Amino acid sequence: MPLPSSAGLGFKAQHFQAIRDTQPRLGFFEVHAENYLGDGGAPHAMLTALRRDYAISIHGVGLSIGGPTLDKAHLARVRALCDRYDPDSFSEHLAWSSHGAEYLNDLLPLPYTAATLQQICDHVDQVQDALGRRLLLENPSTYVIFEQSEIPETEFMDQIAQRTGCGLLLDVNNVFVSCVNHRMDPLNYLNAFPLRHVGEIHLGGHDEEELPSGPLLIDAHGSEVADPVWALYAEVLDRAGPLPSLVEWDNDVPEWSVLLSEAQRAEALLSDRTRHAAAE
Amino acid sequence: MNPKLAAAIATAVSLAGAAAHADEMEKCYGVALAGENDCAAGPGTTCAGTSTTDYQGNAWKLVPAGTCETMETPAGHNGSLEPIEM
Amino acid sequence: MQPLSELTRSFRQALSGGDIPAFVTATDPAEAAQRFAVYRNNVAHSLRQALGRRFPVVKRLVGTTFFDAMATEFIARHPPQSPVLQEWGEAFAPFLEGFPPVATLPYLPDVARIEWARGRAYHAADLTPLPADQLQEDHPLILHPSVQVLHSHHPAVSIWHANQPARDGKLRAGGAEYALIRRKPDFEVPVMALSPTDAAFIDVLLQGKPLGVAAIITDPVPMLSLLLKDGLICKKESIQ
Repeated sequence: MPLPSSAGLGFKAQHFQAIRDTQPRLGFFEVHAENYLGDGGAPHAMLTALRRDYAISIHGVGLSIGGPTLDKAHLARVRALCDRYDPDSFSEHLAWSSHGAEYLNDLLPLPYTAATLQQICDHVDQVQDALGRRLLLENPSTYVIFEQSEIPETEFMDQIAQRTGCGLLLDVNNVFVSCVNHRMDPLNYLNAFPLRHVGEIHLGGHDEEELPSGPLLIDAHGSEVADPVWALYAEVLDRAGPLPSLVEWDNDVPEWSVLLSEAQRAEALLSDRTRHAAAE
Repeated sequence: MNPKLAAAIATAVSLAGAAAHADEMEKCYGVALAGENDCAAGPGTTCAGTSTTDYQGNAWKLVPAGTCETMETPAGHNGSLEPIEM
Repeated sequence: MQPLSELTRSFRQALSGGDIPAFVTATDPAEAAQRFAVYRNNVAHSLRQALGRRFPVVKRLVGTTFFDAMATEFIARHPPQSPVLQEWGEAFAPFLEGFPPVATLPYLPDVARIEWARGRAYHAADLTPLPADQLQEDHPLILHPSVQVLHSHHPAVSIWHANQPARDGKLRAGGAEYALIRRKPDFEVPVMALSPTDAAFIDVLLQGKPLGVAAIITDPVPMLSLLLKDGLICKKESIQ
């Protein structure tokens, strides 16, 4: 089953009891694959319980698809996790996070060239083959530019989707962060983005700093979604129609009610579009 | 079976009562023992991020500054028993 | 054009300091280094944070400033070897033993061992408890993989308890302590001080010796009833 075109939330263990007690209506929960690769205990008990009541998206943060090599052992563990929970979606990042065996715990950027395109497509093929399911690949937040890059990110991702059959995860906050950081118009990015491949949306908060040339935004996931990102999200929905939409909040995680109200804000925008679509 | 041990086992079993069941497992899920992965960035440019180590043998200038200084240990480190502000 | 592996190698090298890679730029190239610093900070900070969340009592015992500096040393020597962060940190206790700036805190490695053992217990496999009527005195017992006994020459258990979030760090303890780490059916992972003989009793069971042997050491009732109550004596097959 694909994820429903409604709002979802990133699951945090500290909210489990509130979720059990209140049984909120939510489209889905998303978890990070790497936090559920232990043998047993509370993480699996919680995920099993969530799986019974909600659609589940597993979001990998460690496959390092954008790096020179895929970690086959890690891929096998992620596969076992997907086999166990049969998630409604599996997604990963257009980024690298390991160097050899060393894990760097950050989503690092790569140049967009014909050669890296081929390499990333090979990795996406390998991941989809190993998991036996379609992958959604997420656009990154970036802070620097590579001199080597010769393909726009939007076209790079379109090519990956076309060549591998994977879907795309459009992180609207990442669009905003990267575009502000590289002094581009986010609407131009959206104009060029292959929205037809998008299977899920991410929304999250960012931090802002000042550089001599203007603002530098950081993909911090530690605050509410910013107003311009909500506006950009509404624009995406106008163009692409309702899509499964996740609110991420990873740092300084607030109490459950705050998180839920963020999801409700996304849901309100979604149901506007759903009503319009039904009326047409 | 050794009768004394058999009696001990029987006592232990009765003391233990029925083993806990799954439906008693409600309360403590939230005890997240972390070291968790996430996909957030931060803290931007505002912290010293270079991982060049500045430990060179005796040149290390920092001293532990936490609650450890408040402890009496058998090794004889007699500190104040008042916790210090962190 | 350099292959991706060379680009990522240069990028990785520069994360540890020095000049940024020549190919890294920005819309205003003069800002490239400042922007690259975001990645440096993210990598260093996120790993220090992850280590601190895994070893919160060690962090409290030395203070945040010291911990972060020490973590930087640890990360340089023992970076995570897999993307699963919960599996990173086994080398921390041995590292502390060999790190001269904490030689004045001889109990610190044992506190780190307790914290590491708790993480292992939290994520240990789920096994089915053995029905009490199937207990046999002459067969090795299968203890739940969360069960661990630690021996400390220091009051490491008392130190751990005194430095939990709600506690003030004050301590009335001295001498050696023994810790039992286990995961209870409600997933709590307490740290319990054991008498030397109770610790030896569980150690002997963990070594695969039958109950009849362990019971020679001490009265088996207290530990046996605890293990049974918490479902820590298990059947052979896993439910997974």
